[in-house]
Amino acid sequence: MATISETVRPPRTSVGVLGWLKENLFSTWYNALLTFGSLGLIYVVLRGIITWALTGARWDVVTTNLTLFLIGPFPRDQVWRVWACVIVVILLGGLSLVAWGPLGRRFKTARRWVVIGWLLSFPLTIVLLHGFGGNSVLPAVGTSYWGGLLLTFLLAIVGIVASFPLGVLLALGRRSGLPVVRWFCTLYIELIRGVPLVTVLFMAAIMLPLFLPEGVRVDKVLRAMVGFTLFTAAYIAENVRGGLAAVPLGQYEAARAVGLSGVQVMALIVLPQALRAVIPPIVGQFISLFKDTSLVVIIGLLDLLNIAKSVVAQPQFMGLKREVYLFVAVIYFIFSYAMSYASRRLEVALGVGER
Amino acid sequence: MAHKSPVSTMSHRAVPFWRDVRVIRILSQIAFAILVAVVAGLLYSNMKRGLETRGLGGSFDFLRLEAGFQIGEGITYDPSDSYARAFLVGVVNTLRVTIVGIALATILGVVMGVARLSTNWLVNKIATVYVELTRNTPLLVQLFVWYFAIILKLPRVRESIALPGSIFISNRGAALPWPVPTASFRPWLYGLIGAMTVAVALWIVRTRGERRTGRPAFNMLWIGAAFVALAILDWFVVPGAPLGLDKPSLQGWNYQGGLTLTPEFVAMLLGLVMYTGAFIAEVVRAGIQAVPRGQIEAARAVGLNETQTLRLVIFPQALRVIVPPLTSQYLNLAKNSSLAIAIGFPDLFNVAGTIFNQTGRAVQVIVMIMVSYLIMSLFTSLLMNLYNRRVQLVER
Repeated sequence: MATISETVRPPRTSVGVLGWLKENLFSTWYNALLTFGSLGLIYVVLRGIITWALTGARWDVVTTNLTLFLIGPFPRDQVWRVWACVIVVILLGGLSLVAWGPLGRRFKTARRWVVIGWLLSFPLTIVLLHGFGGNSVLPAVGTSYWGGLLLTFLLAIVGIVASFPLGVLLALGRRSGLPVVRWFCTLYIELIRGVPLVTVLFMAAIMLPLFLPEGVRVDKVLRAMVGFTLFTAAYIAENVRGGLAAVPLGQYEAARAVGLSGVQVMALIVLPQALRAVIPPIVGQFISLFKDTSLVVIIGLLDLLNIAKSVVAQPQFMGLKREVYLFVAVIYFIFSYAMSYASRRLEVALGVGER
Repeated sequence: MAHKSPVSTMSHRAVPFWRDVRVIRILSQIAFAILVAVVAGLLYSNMKRGLETRGLGGSFDFLRLEAGFQIGEGITYDPSDSYARAFLVGVVNTLRVTIVGIALATILGVVMGVARLSTNWLVNKIATVYVELTRNTPLLVQLFVWYFAIILKLPRVRESIALPGSIFISNRGAALPWPVPTASFRPWLYGLIGAMTVAVALWIVRTRGERRTGRPAFNMLWIGAAFVALAILDWFVVPGAPLGLDKPSLQGWNYQGGLTLTPEFVAMLLGLVMYTGAFIAEVVRAGIQAVPRGQIEAARAVGLNETQTLRLVIFPQALRVIVPPLTSQYLNLAKNSSLAIAIGFPDLFNVAGTIFNQTGRAVQVIVMIMVSYLIMSLFTSLLMNLYNRRVQLVER
């Protein structure tokens, strides 16, 4: 009888570091070839980038202009207003983490307050940043002074917040039993989804002043926001439609059976279920909107990318394009990656597709 | 959602007409139509007044006027040509970058999608880093990096980097050798068509054989070998080489001969291919992962080898999941080509923007742009839907 100590140990090549290497890098002859090819590629790329970043690059262009990148031409004596907004958002974010975290069960009532806080934070931020004309506490800061990462975020947030109700309405319209409403919504959604965002922005920038009655002037940032809203609404509508289709027909019938009216069925039974199912795709939509805000360069707003363009043209930093554009790419990457990571966690937490 | 309650059919008269579901349906639709019409009319009258005060009409006659601006590249065009011709140049440029981009992005996406599922740890991680980096940065920033930070920083033409095979890369773009037909091209082409026919015939024969005997016949191997053999034979049978290789050579300030690609085109293509390739990689990965493991095990159990499993079991099933999202990635690539304006590639949006700046005909220009993109989108989704139907038919 073999005791445990006498059992044959696995060969040295199938455990430990060697085993790992063999299994993951050199399992077959072509895998070994691939491994050597990949190592060569990594060596060439990393060596080039690291030597350049450490020796050739002039990173002072980024450090000198950091404030410009973050807030653009926002008046420097009013920066505290931006900080106040950031603090509000961080506070609310922390509260949400607590309320929905592992200890969240104890704070059920607090969740409602956090949601209300988020809803209030949006108009609060806008008022805080824009201010009013003619007082000394919050002097007006026109939208033409909004810029940098601040403008990028504002455009994305306003775009998603404003397009959400419109998108829900369009989705409901597209599923409506009334042919005229259905046709109109379908036409709108397909028309917008068939053209690039740049054309919608271009249209908002050029056509909007034409459509409005004389004397009504809309500033450039607001026009871009209208463009983003009209564009994103069509995509949100398709997401929401997917969520609506996922609600079982029995839910409608049961709601009808207990005597709810058409509006009540939608508002109390169908939409809550549908919207919960589409939170992950809507977060995805927000991430792509965040990236797409860079297109305002084409209509001349001072977002992060356009600030980068102007920094590259500064006489003392002429031609430092690699440093500046890489820095901008890294900023976009950090935020989008963080958001997509959070959305993956959210997807797991919501258990979408598991119920 | 036609709702017929028994109450309304039994005591129909008791229901006043304003509570009758059918009447409400019709009335609410009329109200909606009137609302839309009123808003549209209001916008239209505003626009008409706005255009009149600016002294612009709604006609497309301006397209016949002389354009008078230069376009960097594309089909033959002269500044004395009309605006319509200039717009056409832009459309062709868009199609050029879109079609080449779709082909290359598909290849890159499939390779990277398979690499993300590789059991080789290093390959897997490289593919993951590529996908995450490109998906999480805006395409426009990537285009800027490609164009301003990489291509325009390449050495000048005189010091251009020479790659093996007479490929030259400089800040004025890329110059590649390109085949040009010679006098014997035509007979060779006929021979090639003949070889194709033989290959197809062979394929039909082998497929029948496979059906009859049930033994795998390696159709693709057979027809590939037959085609290549005949094509090579054909190459030597015709007098002289049918295709000459036109190599680029430095003459004056730029390369002459071969195929020269402008830096704008190269940047546009690199940006679109790298960006869309990452999305296609995710689509491909999801498609392959959607094939249940049992299918692969079953295929092994009935004795298929690795290639056969991939070709006959995994691929057809993965394709069903892949094609619909792949279509929307193709559409995205076509629409994203409009970002060319940021780096000065004369695509349709860029040219149309110049036309607008010169003529001020906002409405007509926007209609032209939108209609062009809509036609492109519709055409692409039509083609892909046809293909999709073929793929989906396999389903039982």
